[in-house]
Amino acid sequence: MVTRTTIGVLALQGGVREHLVALDLCGVSAVPVKTVEQLDLIQGLILPGGESTTIIKLASQYELVEPIKERIRSGFPVFGSCAGMILLADHIEAGTADQETFGGLDAVVQRNAFGRQTESFETPLRLDNDMAPFPGVFIRAPLVMSVGSGVNVISTIEGGAYAGRVVGIEQENLMATAFHPELTPDLRVHHRFVKMVNESQW
Amino acid sequence: MSSEMSTGTSRVKRGMAEMLKGGVIMDVVTPDQAKIAEDAGAVAVMALERVPADIRAEGGVSRMSDPDMIDGIIAAVSIPVMAKARIGHFAEAQILQSLGVDYIDESEVLTPADYSHHIDKWKFTVPFVCGATNLGEALRRLTEGAAMIRSKGEAGTGDVSNAVTHMRRIRDEVTRLASLPADELFVAAKELQAPYDLVAEVARTGSLPTVLFTAGGIATPADAAMMMQLGADGVFVGSGIFKSGNPAERAHAIVQATTHFDNPDVVAKVSRGLGEAMVGINVADIPVHHRLEDRGW
Repeated sequence: MVTRTTIGVLALQGGVREHLVALDLCGVSAVPVKTVEQLDLIQGLILPGGESTTIIKLASQYELVEPIKERIRSGFPVFGSCAGMILLADHIEAGTADQETFGGLDAVVQRNAFGRQTESFETPLRLDNDMAPFPGVFIRAPLVMSVGSGVNVISTIEGGAYAGRVVGIEQENLMATAFHPELTPDLRVHHRFVKMVNESQW
Repeated sequence: MSSEMSTGTSRVKRGMAEMLKGGVIMDVVTPDQAKIAEDAGAVAVMALERVPADIRAEGGVSRMSDPDMIDGIIAAVSIPVMAKARIGHFAEAQILQSLGVDYIDESEVLTPADYSHHIDKWKFTVPFVCGATNLGEALRRLTEGAAMIRSKGEAGTGDVSNAVTHMRRIRDEVTRLASLPADELFVAAKELQAPYDLVAEVARTGSLPTVLFTAGGIATPADAAMMMQLGADGVFVGSGIFKSGNPAERAHAIVQATTHFDNPDVVAKVSRGLGEAMVGINVADIPVHHRLEDRGW
């Protein structure tokens, strides 16, 4: 029997629906996840955009932090966009006092790195070695300040004041973008994560 | 695609609202209250000089807050900060944009500055949220450039009934539109007093093209859970938190009830031991000319 891949989207707060739609368009089964029990039903997890301080507080109140950390350590595939990137970073700058993360990505990520909402922007990105640029949507977005040696850069900003800055990274079972692929019709980033999930042991 | 950075696009304005979904936006009047809201898990704060309950009690003309006070709140928290401008008062909105607020609420809670025209919101880089009592009003605000809609309630009362009425009305009107044959959408647009293209889009997708929050009179975790079950994407809480006996606890409880709105066990648990809710005023006891729902056109 062939079972269909099921990927969860952490549904405590934020842009959950857009990720569910994108996963559905990629041909996998997509479910919102709010409880520990639901983690057992999925082969991969997306941490959506939203307010990182709110999401981590709710995750901690409902005892999701340790189980998610545990899975991350054991090779469970997780993709985070925007706030999700902050939640996956081992180190954050400009967080609230003692702001916790799930961690796992050996990177330093700065919160709200481009400024306030009036500085939110769209710009073309380089994604791997694709010829076609990826439409980057940055909303009060974070930025990767530095990465460890085990981290692959998968996306950078093409031009303008931030040309060459790192906005997408990957490390073994983890993937993160400072931008919101779920707010665009371009599914390349989601396909990439689905592939990661399908190739993993989960 | 050019390699320019484009700010103020519809996608980043509406996208910002998408990222607030499932969250609670809390009215605050001081940096200390803003910190309490952030610590409780608010997704954003609304900086204002007086909460609606006090505006109601004190009367007089209610305006945009003092820039010093907004600066103080922006400096105090890392989450987004919203602020209110009077309906039609584009100069107040220009000031708020220059202060760097993340969202402007063109709000009926303040005294309107223009009884015919709302602000032309397309002219701004900062996004706007506007109130609506029905679908036509929501679509007119979107036509003017709003990037987020909230159903109107009777702010400052702790009485949730108007928020319920307006959320149900918007939802029912969307459902009705989606059921109409294409050749009836022209008259529907006329009746809704909204542009045909937008009406046809709602009919095709079966939903508003932006996020729809609820506001006005939400005072308890149960109120928040009810509004979310009625289809709200998130919740504004005004006087309900800082006019209650234990603001930090109540704020925290409303955040949890908004996330777990479909789980009565959680809502029951967080509803315990919150102390006094805000005293409240029944909407029916407010003279018609003091009601906020009729502000906005």
